[in-house]
Amino acid sequence: MKIVYEFGKYLLLMKLVFRKPEKLSIYRKQLLLEINYLGFDSLGIVAIISVFMGAVLTIQMAFNIDSPLVPLYTIGFATRKSIILEFSPTIISLILAGKVGSRIASEIGTMRVTEQIDALEIMGINPPAYLILPKIIASMLINPILIILSMFLAIAGGWLAGSLAGLLSTADYVSGLQFQFKFFDIVYALIKTVVFAFIIASISGYYGYYTNGGALEVGRSSTKAVVNSSIMIILFNLILTQLLLA
Amino acid sequence: MIEAINVSKFFYEKEVLKSINFVFEKGKTNLIIGQSGSGKTVLMKCLVGLFQIDKGDVRFDGRSFLEITYDEKKKIRQEIGMLFQGGALFDSMNVEENVIFPLSMFTELSKEEKLERANFCLKRVNLENVNKLFPSELSGGMKKRVAIARAISANPRYLFCDEPNSGLDPSTSIVIDNLISEITQEYQITTVVNTHDMNSVIEIGDKIAFIYKGELWWEGDKNSILHTDNKEINDFVYATELTRRLKK
Repeated sequence: MKIVYEFGKYLLLMKLVFRKPEKLSIYRKQLLLEINYLGFDSLGIVAIISVFMGAVLTIQMAFNIDSPLVPLYTIGFATRKSIILEFSPTIISLILAGKVGSRIASEIGTMRVTEQIDALEIMGINPPAYLILPKIIASMLINPILIILSMFLAIAGGWLAGSLAGLLSTADYVSGLQFQFKFFDIVYALIKTVVFAFIIASISGYYGYYTNGGALEVGRSSTKAVVNSSIMIILFNLILTQLLLA
Repeated sequence: MIEAINVSKFFYEKEVLKSINFVFEKGKTNLIIGQSGSGKTVLMKCLVGLFQIDKGDVRFDGRSFLEITYDEKKKIRQEIGMLFQGGALFDSMNVEENVIFPLSMFTELSKEEKLERANFCLKRVNLENVNKLFPSELSGGMKKRVAIARAISANPRYLFCDEPNSGLDPSTSIVIDNLISEITQEYQITTVVNTHDMNSVIEIGDKIAFIYKGELWWEGDKNSILHTDNKEINDFVYATELTRRLKK
């Protein structure tokens, strides 16, 4: 019953989030700030994780494909498929759920417990729209860029690891990357990314907005935001994969 | 003028406000006083609509806060300025941006006009050369003054102050009290102050509502409160050794 109650409360909040903004210019400014905070601030962690995960993927593939019957370019092919279909959109989104989600929930939660949200409401501003809408739009705009960057860096990391460790030649790796390339794989990854971005920002915004109490509760909201966003990402990953690839 | 008409509020089964009837008059500093837990803050939050009332009505110059749409409610709120207990300044903005914020949101003033208005409001609360400081760099008294400047920046018709003196030393409290009272008379606004500070009661209490266990127990002004024979009022007013000695 609690899940139904929470889901209803979430939907009502989303109804307020998508109300007409009071002043577009202010929301535009907020949107640019959020793109910076939620997107560009995450570049570092996305880059580091992508390069190393790409490298590890290639090494794992190379060690597991030890049959002389399987051509070496299969390593590049399997690395590309894993990165584009699953690693970049899902794993990086899970990491962003931790980084960005906790930031959103704790920022809004702190505003709630210090009465800043009440202050917005008293001024006649719609706080859910002012606080959450720019974050949702910013995430949906910037996360696909982060994910595309992650794909490039992970593939580059795989190439570096493969060539430096002498596991396969650049030509084999590149040939594997090009083998049976389907553009729809990228589209599928980006659709997932946009949905995950919405999940991260809206669920984290929801937990932040309904924080009540003090510092302890802000921490709890932040944890709940990360846990529930991650669960929903995993669930929607399954649903979207079934819908788009089956 | 703000009218509270039979305002009742329940939290689950418990009735925390019991049919409060009170008129907060224009151009006067109207005080809601009472012990901690008596229902003062709940009453104030019901008046501004942060809590939904369960029975009764709240009218802003005759406009019912209950019978109007969400957008109409937002319009009334744009006429309200509120000073919160902790200031509730936006952490991500500096002093100037905090004061300008309501103007940016609801007016078409140019950048220069907004800045001029912000400087005027900051000067009015005796704050200058703090425009670029962030809330974390301000003292408690300065935060309250910036919050007052923000509350009056958009020329409100109604000003609400929730425990404006909490956490302040007596001399800063008097400065804040006088500021609220002066602004009320100067701009002829309806001011509602929620406090349990007896100094404020004596300094600025043009009209006072004493709330006791969720009920409007007594009403009067700063003069009559010292001479009433109401036991609960006397227990509140003369709660300290100092005030008891002064009475004697």
